[in-house]
Amino acid sequence: MPEHANAEHHGHGHAEQAPHAPPQPDEKIHSYYQVLGLALKALLIEKGILTADEIRRTIEFRDSITPATGAKIVARAWTDPAFKARLIANGTEAIEEFGLDMGATHLVVVENTPLVHNMIVCTLCSCYPRNVLGLPPSWYKSREYRSRAVREPRAVLAEFGTHIPGETEVRVHDSTADMRYLVLPMRPAGTERMSEDELASLISRDCMIGVSLPQRP
Amino acid sequence: MRGPHDIGGLPAGPVDTEPHATTFWEKQIDAINQLLAQKGYRRTDENRRYVEMLGHDVYNTLTYYERWTAALSCVLIDKGVLTQDEVDAKVAQVRRQLGADAP
Amino acid sequence: MGQALSPGVRVRVREDYPPGHIRTPVYIRGKEGMVTRALGTFPNPEVLALGRDGLPKKALYEIRFKQKELWPDYAGSEADSLDIDIYEHWLAKI
Repeated sequence: MPEHANAEHHGHGHAEQAPHAPPQPDEKIHSYYQVLGLALKALLIEKGILTADEIRRTIEFRDSITPATGAKIVARAWTDPAFKARLIANGTEAIEEFGLDMGATHLVVVENTPLVHNMIVCTLCSCYPRNVLGLPPSWYKSREYRSRAVREPRAVLAEFGTHIPGETEVRVHDSTADMRYLVLPMRPAGTERMSEDELASLISRDCMIGVSLPQRP
Repeated sequence: MRGPHDIGGLPAGPVDTEPHATTFWEKQIDAINQLLAQKGYRRTDENRRYVEMLGHDVYNTLTYYERWTAALSCVLIDKGVLTQDEVDAKVAQVRRQLGADAP
Repeated sequence: MGQALSPGVRVRVREDYPPGHIRTPVYIRGKEGMVTRALGTFPNPEVLALGRDGLPKKALYEIRFKQKELWPDYAGSEADSLDIDIYEHWLAKI
């Protein structure tokens, strides 16, 4: 079943449908688009524009990039100050050290400090650092996140269970152009003896988007 | 005076923070879009424009990847890569095949 | 290309409503902020969206706004900010 990301589909009590409202043909519409997607794929392959193999390899490559990829970069930045400086100065170049590239986009790494907490959104569509974090979560693409993250970021953070002190500036980045933003969270206290791999396991996708904080050990 | 996509600052309900795995169908659409951009069939910016041109009702009815599918269909037909007749015929064929495979 | 904008310069976002593919969201139009980074030059996405090459390139800037100046009833902290990447032809030096 396709995901339903729109608030319009939720929140109406099933017991109280107005008798005069026509039945919504939404299921037929969604079913049509499922079929249309398969039809377009078949036509593109038949016409030799794409091959099934290319599609499969693209999916596999996309699946090979996960938040663990980003977590490794953050863990390196936490343990290697010179790398951290390179990452912040030019994220696109720094991640080449991990064999990663940003394609047509550019990586900007924004550092959380006790003074500033960063949070990333793309209000216009769903721009996301896919080449470092993989595919975005469904909530990042949702109407609710896109419209409210810029308007009431602290309320949205609270929905993720995250509370930033009033004295800390919450800075929202709306990715409107070719820059893709990655949050470099603050390293939690008590992690001084941890290896890079152990540190990486504390770093979730959500804290690199800026809606969560890293786990404490 | 906003496009259907230009929603920053508009009121909306709570964020559904539950993880919803991307389906295989969605990954295929994503891959097809990426490949077509790489091969120069249409730019990412064109794709975004076609999504925006779907209009408010369609934008708000379709899910994220369904919008991409709709935009994909429009841009391929606009550019003469496919015709609507071909698409309609293939849709009918896929439906028959899915019907035949259903238990 | 217009004059280059440096970090620290105050700007106002143009308040126009052209149809077509625009990457300057409506919520930021007419608002005043400060340049924080010059991000380089890029083909114009408004024209790329038409399938054309978007040249000559346009300068892109990161602009920072105070949230309390964007939203009349902003409920967060005084210091809260919003950074957004805007192309030069949408910006005017104040």
